[in-house]
Amino acid sequence: MSAIAEQVGKIEVAQKLAKEFPQVSFSRQQTIDEIPTFWVDRAHLVDVISYLKRDYEMLFDLCGTDERLRNHRAGMPAGDFTVIYHLMSFSLLTDVRIKTALNEDDLNLPSIYQIYPNANWYERETWDMFGIVFSNHPNLYRILLPPTWKGHALRKDHPARATEMAPFSLDDARQDKEQEALRFKPEEWGLSRKTENTEFMFLNLGPNHPSVHGVFRIVLQLDGEVIVDAVPEIGYHHRGAEKMGERQSWHTYIPYTDRIDYLGGVMNNLPYVMAVEKFAGIEVPDRARVIRIMLAEFFRISSHLVFYGTFAQDVGQLSPVFYMFSDREKLFRIIEAVTGGRMHPAWFRIGGVAQDLPDGWEQMVRDYLDWMPSRLKHYDKMTMRNSILKQRTQGIGICTQQEALDWGITGPNLRATGIDFDMRRDRPYGGYDQFDFEVPVYQKGDCYDRARVRVDELHQSLHIIEQCLNNMPAGPYKADHPQTTPPPKERTMYDIETLIHHFLNVSWGPVIPAGECSVTIEATKGNNMYYLTSDGGTSSYRTRIRTPSFPHLQQIPLLSRGLLIPDLIAILASIDFVMADVDR
Amino acid sequence: MVELISILIIYGVLLGSLTGAAILIWFERRLLGIWQDRLGPNRVGPLGIGLALADVIKLFAKEDWIPPFADRLMFVLAPMAVMIAMLMGFAILPYAPGIHVADLNIGLLFFLGMTSLAVYSVLLGGLSSNNKYALLGGLRAAAQMVSYEVFMGLSLMGVVMLTGSFSLVEIVNYQQEHTWFIIPQFVGFVVFMIAGIAESHRLPFDLPEAEHELVAGFHTEYSGMKFGMFMVGEYLGVILISAIIAVIFFGGWLGPDFLPPIIWFAIKTFIFICFFILLRAAIPRPRYDQLMSFGWKYMLPLTLINLLATGAIVLWLQA
Repeated sequence: MSAIAEQVGKIEVAQKLAKEFPQVSFSRQQTIDEIPTFWVDRAHLVDVISYLKRDYEMLFDLCGTDERLRNHRAGMPAGDFTVIYHLMSFSLLTDVRIKTALNEDDLNLPSIYQIYPNANWYERETWDMFGIVFSNHPNLYRILLPPTWKGHALRKDHPARATEMAPFSLDDARQDKEQEALRFKPEEWGLSRKTENTEFMFLNLGPNHPSVHGVFRIVLQLDGEVIVDAVPEIGYHHRGAEKMGERQSWHTYIPYTDRIDYLGGVMNNLPYVMAVEKFAGIEVPDRARVIRIMLAEFFRISSHLVFYGTFAQDVGQLSPVFYMFSDREKLFRIIEAVTGGRMHPAWFRIGGVAQDLPDGWEQMVRDYLDWMPSRLKHYDKMTMRNSILKQRTQGIGICTQQEALDWGITGPNLRATGIDFDMRRDRPYGGYDQFDFEVPVYQKGDCYDRARVRVDELHQSLHIIEQCLNNMPAGPYKADHPQTTPPPKERTMYDIETLIHHFLNVSWGPVIPAGECSVTIEATKGNNMYYLTSDGGTSSYRTRIRTPSFPHLQQIPLLSRGLLIPDLIAILASIDFVMADVDR
Repeated sequence: MVELISILIIYGVLLGSLTGAAILIWFERRLLGIWQDRLGPNRVGPLGIGLALADVIKLFAKEDWIPPFADRLMFVLAPMAVMIAMLMGFAILPYAPGIHVADLNIGLLFFLGMTSLAVYSVLLGGLSSNNKYALLGGLRAAAQMVSYEVFMGLSLMGVVMLTGSFSLVEIVNYQQEHTWFIIPQFVGFVVFMIAGIAESHRLPFDLPEAEHELVAGFHTEYSGMKFGMFMVGEYLGVILISAIIAVIFFGGWLGPDFLPPIIWFAIKTFIFICFFILLRAAIPRPRYDQLMSFGWKYMLPLTLINLLATGAIVLWLQA
């Protein structure tokens, strides 16, 4: 059903565009993921995107690429830099990608923040990383790198390693300069310091604050304790994960993906390895698929348990987090037995998983499935049905359906607004279509509903794991494919061909055919996408990681205006973000 | 001889309450640990009780630092005020027949006065720190404690009406003759309990510090022994409120003869201390405005009704 709709959607968008804009030439680029990708020139960009908004409700991603060193450019117009708009439709269940080519000496194009409000941060990021100017953008400042940074980090001529730069030193003068750069100046953000009657207080909440879950700063404009406006500041956790993708081999990048959403564990590996598999045309064996789904759901439970506990903690209930962490500890014991790691197992491989399941895994999983439901029932009574917690969270931080779509909200936060969409069910990937589970949806979009969606998802994940346990297929845990598996070691001793292949595969890593491919999954906090560009080398040409938490944080000012500081804390808790997932 | 005994009692109460507060820091963490499926501090000394001493040494040995932007005088005075006020409160407690520092005929008023003084400490600490979080904490504290003061005082007036005295010794004696006040003054007990938690600003009413919102609220800028004094003041407050509850509503030292009166007093106080800690483990924190409207919309009418009803019964009994 959805596959047919997808096909129809793909045909339609090209015809519709041609009909609506007869004067524009849309050159279509073939991509490996088969998402319709059109090149549009800068002059028509805004018109095309505002036309597409009718069908494509969400700006899913916006990013740039430095094309100057790219060799395989078949079907692409000339240009030094590209800006890519990834739009998503919930009614058609399809995506469309719009690309605009720019020349190095004229790097500017119109901002689309008035069409899709969440373009604001994405455009700032693109400016920060590539130096592409979005004219009429309200505050085009750096977002991930410090304001004093020189250069644009994702350009190909920017150094990737510390050893390519002069040694870092911080003398007093520079320290003063860096500190001054961090000072918040309300005027830059269009905020006034006072009105006729009141003088506002500007409060720095963070970057070190008990409730911002990491290094995250929100500057609050306060009238008493009432939040007049808020300016979130991110980037303190930026580690250049996308830049690292350009120097690591396809295999050795896997551990870096673990650390994007550090509560999601192997869930982060999944879109990355699936994208590489699409490039190389690798069929993953059934057993590996089911193992992957089982592990991914275990990590969903783990992440949601952390959410559940900290959510209660942030509204002042101190105990649940300890109970939930000990349940999570039980879960980690299974993860440890299977993968050898805990939070960052880096255990998925291109073409499968690293090892087969250990002896006795069934019993461990079954024990956990028997243990958890009664605990969840207990927690429900303790937290979700607690009247003070309800008072603190019901009707607070309401996000409507339209706002959710406008601001790029995905995952449980989207489902809390009443939009019934789950990647796993509606656009299944990696074998989820074989599973039977329900998608919890709530209507109000407040803090309480955001929590309820996650609590219900815990039960569904247990249900999926149970199906994995009962129907685990036999067979290999990794595809037998030259790109993924080195030739058998015994044979390398007898013929030179095998030896060379073995050597190259281990030392260089596989060479992946040129092209572009993205894979989106339903990660723990929302939709996570890896958009990889290969130039036919041993590492990716460009790795774009679209994470759910980034747009979620952008929405905070909208949710918190007019509320009190304690409400903001409840909102932060209910959004469920991880700073590593925001800053990458 | 009599003088010597009373001096011994004074020092006994002083040392006892301070030691009690120090041990309570350890005890609370241990008890929370048990309730939260973990161990809590168990390394220093048997069962970790040496931690109380280690904490005291640590706090004394820390650098005594006053932020350059703070108002020095008030910054130093604030933590002292809470400790002194709370310690003074212990002076009027009747521990057992004949064992008390002072049997004031206005004992209850003295206790209420001392707890009111503690508000200054929190407020001044918040304002003199010259820190935005401390300011917000101080403001919350002022509003919260001043409002809850009202119900706290009024909730005890039923007891005073029935006894006809503000003296705590008289109140216990009355309970010996009649019955524990928990029965005739149940509403008063509930209101006093809630107001007492708000007064000692413990979770769920810890809005002045609310670590998830205001970092550490009014004492954000405090460290070393000045922070220690706030801490000890808070624990003294917990002990004091528990003891007052035991004295006023649960008959103080009264109990069957197989244990000496002072032990009964200690047991009752201990139970309420545990209840305070259990609350901290169990309940989320309401929002500031919810707390205030709860106070003025429910607690105040409830107290007034209780007061009217008690007054009517007293008059009816006399007639």
